[in-house]
Amino acid sequence: MSERPTAYLNARLVDPASGYDGPGALIVAEGVIAEVAHSYHIANLSPDIEMIDCGGQALMPGLIDLRVKTGEPGAEPKETLKSASRAAAVGGVTSIVVQPDTDPAVDEPAVLDFILRRARDIELVHVHAAGAATRGLKGVHMAEIGLMAEAGALYFTDVDQPLADSKVFRRVLSYAKAFDRPVAHRPADPYLSLGAVATEGELAGRLGLPSVPAIAERIALERDLALAELTGARLIVDQITTAEALDSLARSRARGTHVTATASINHLSFNEVDIGDYRTFYRVDPPLRAEDDRQALIEAVASGLVGVITSAHTPAPPEDKRLPFSEAAPGAAGLETLLPALLSLYHEGRCDLIDLIRTVTLAPAELLGLAAGRLVRGAPADLILCDLEAPVVIDAAKLISKSKNSPFDGRRLQGRVVLTVVDGRVVYRSGV
Amino acid sequence: MSPAPATPIACAAMRDAPDIESGVRARMFALSQPHFISVAGLNRPEAERLLDLADAFVGLSRAREKKLSLLRGRTLVNMFFESSTRTQSSFEIAAKRLGADTVNMSPRTSSVTKGETLIDTAVTLNAMKPDLLVVRHAASGAAALLSQKVGCSVINAGDGWHEHPTQALLDALTIRRAFGTVSGLTIAICGDVLHSRVARSNVGLLQLMGARVRLVGPPTLMPSGADQWGAEVFHDMRAGVAGVDVVMMLRLQLERMDGAFVPSTREYFRFFGLDAEKLALAAPHVRVMHPGPMNRGVEIESGVADNLDISLIQQQVEMGVAARMAVLATLAARLDDGDRPNV
Repeated sequence: MSERPTAYLNARLVDPASGYDGPGALIVAEGVIAEVAHSYHIANLSPDIEMIDCGGQALMPGLIDLRVKTGEPGAEPKETLKSASRAAAVGGVTSIVVQPDTDPAVDEPAVLDFILRRARDIELVHVHAAGAATRGLKGVHMAEIGLMAEAGALYFTDVDQPLADSKVFRRVLSYAKAFDRPVAHRPADPYLSLGAVATEGELAGRLGLPSVPAIAERIALERDLALAELTGARLIVDQITTAEALDSLARSRARGTHVTATASINHLSFNEVDIGDYRTFYRVDPPLRAEDDRQALIEAVASGLVGVITSAHTPAPPEDKRLPFSEAAPGAAGLETLLPALLSLYHEGRCDLIDLIRTVTLAPAELLGLAAGRLVRGAPADLILCDLEAPVVIDAAKLISKSKNSPFDGRRLQGRVVLTVVDGRVVYRSGV
Repeated sequence: MSPAPATPIACAAMRDAPDIESGVRARMFALSQPHFISVAGLNRPEAERLLDLADAFVGLSRAREKKLSLLRGRTLVNMFFESSTRTQSSFEIAAKRLGADTVNMSPRTSSVTKGETLIDTAVTLNAMKPDLLVVRHAASGAAALLSQKVGCSVINAGDGWHEHPTQALLDALTIRRAFGTVSGLTIAICGDVLHSRVARSNVGLLQLMGARVRLVGPPTLMPSGADQWGAEVFHDMRAGVAGVDVVMMLRLQLERMDGAFVPSTREYFRFFGLDAEKLALAAPHVRVMHPGPMNRGVEIESGVADNLDISLIQQQVEMGVAARMAVLATLAARLDDGDRPNV
């Protein structure tokens, strides 16, 4: 907790909760937001208050990233909770939700408890955890969903393992609903996508890569949506990527299902052409799609159909990436590049800033029942100060994350985190 | 103790060798690219020049004295992550006829299985300073990946389903020698196009050289988007081979089948195997090719494969050595010019 109250003055406040984007200031005391003003200055500040001049830069809620993989426990050379927390702090991400596909898997409360205790000792960003939907992520027996919910699991997912058995998935959905927890599932027909590393099409055919038709996403999603409707459970559509699936999602939402879809920053930033030189940093799951699909995804973010954006942070060390494309591990490191990559949609005029920021703050907070993600009195003082215009060139070698597998390596983006504040404490301050 | 009289054959060889050598020297050039990974890196004049040079090497291979010194002092490493006796031997013979030292590696059995990455293997090998590295690997893009990390010239001897550019070159050489030209011919490539690097390289090179290419096979063995490669796609083999000058059969890659792409081999043979009846629909002067090894009775009937009046399959093997000699020689010529990659 911060010892002295701090006033952040002369800022551009961007708060999706109130819909306010304009001049502002706020006071942080005892780790929470004590006061919010919609003017550059606050009158009659007590003399013992610490004052920070934001210089007109954007003061926003810290980012909440609900899909972060680390290697702890089981694969610490990839990423530890500590290295991921440091990367998050640098990236302006003040809450992360780590994924249960560790070794051992987070399918019972003891492993969950281990992670949360380890994270607490690090004292950087908030580390939350998702629990496995099924034991060992094998898709057969339900994991201890109730006990893990009690221990703090925010949602349940088998991460990249498809829940092929509809009966099991139905039970997971209805069981998790009883504990008021959502279930995330990445829609991919398990048979069509088996062994695939690219999206079917002229390019994948020419490159000679095993591929999956884009429709495999819609096929799986239609089932998931129907089961969500049947059970009334809250479904998180993990990483929707195709125009076809977005159409299905829109139809389902019109019928009143409790469905939230996420998009990964990778699928908003890249398309299948990026894999053209067999660059394994672009090997992600689901595979990068056609440009039409990417455009549809951006429109879905702008319209609010896709409510949450994640980094899909998946650290992979060189030994997993310096391989031929089809043998390389999928996934991209993303915690440190999420914000500037996201801001390119704002700089390109595709989305309003406040709508974009909502997808990584308020929307995931509401989905997961977190008090953070908003600039309102009483909310945790998880803040970032950001120079929205600052040009940055991403240099993967300089990433804090233990694994440097960033597809943004060498890209020119705009937006730099100046200050990251968690519970009122400064956990990162830009060196420049 | 009198010297043995020279035999007539040896005399002929002594007479031929300088002619062949001067023929080779007249046709030598340095390849414009540092590696030979894909036919996409070639332009048409360069492809024709490679075939001209290969033609000269055919003469050399048929002479008594088969050895030149173009690659003398050069080291060629054959790195075959997937075993292939015929391609590896073809490269080895080609290199030896040009005077290179050759080393064969089968990394499947060495450190690759122990968690070393493909790049680690390449970097280790690179430190031994080979000049030419011939790579075969089961994954598409493996040769391109290696080429980014080593200081020698990389020759792709087949990467997954992607490309096998020297095979396309030898096929073009075989066709050009049989017909005098590639341009204007209609060539049907038939069978398992989906898993075939031979097909992908041939589509690119034969079209570059002015041929009309047809792709023939069941829909399950045709890559999505093949109709956008500039070739005409047929799922009915009878229509696909009608009137064509060349039928190029592909091996049905049984070892790669991880699912049922076709119901049975006999059904496959019935609809997509090359037999005399289907072949009768092609042009009267049709020639048949196959990259080998053949699955007799699955994709091709023995009576067709062994009919020396129409089959070019034996010539393909012979041309393989000559075509590879042309690739090795022109890459080495580039190295002689001091143009090493990634230094």
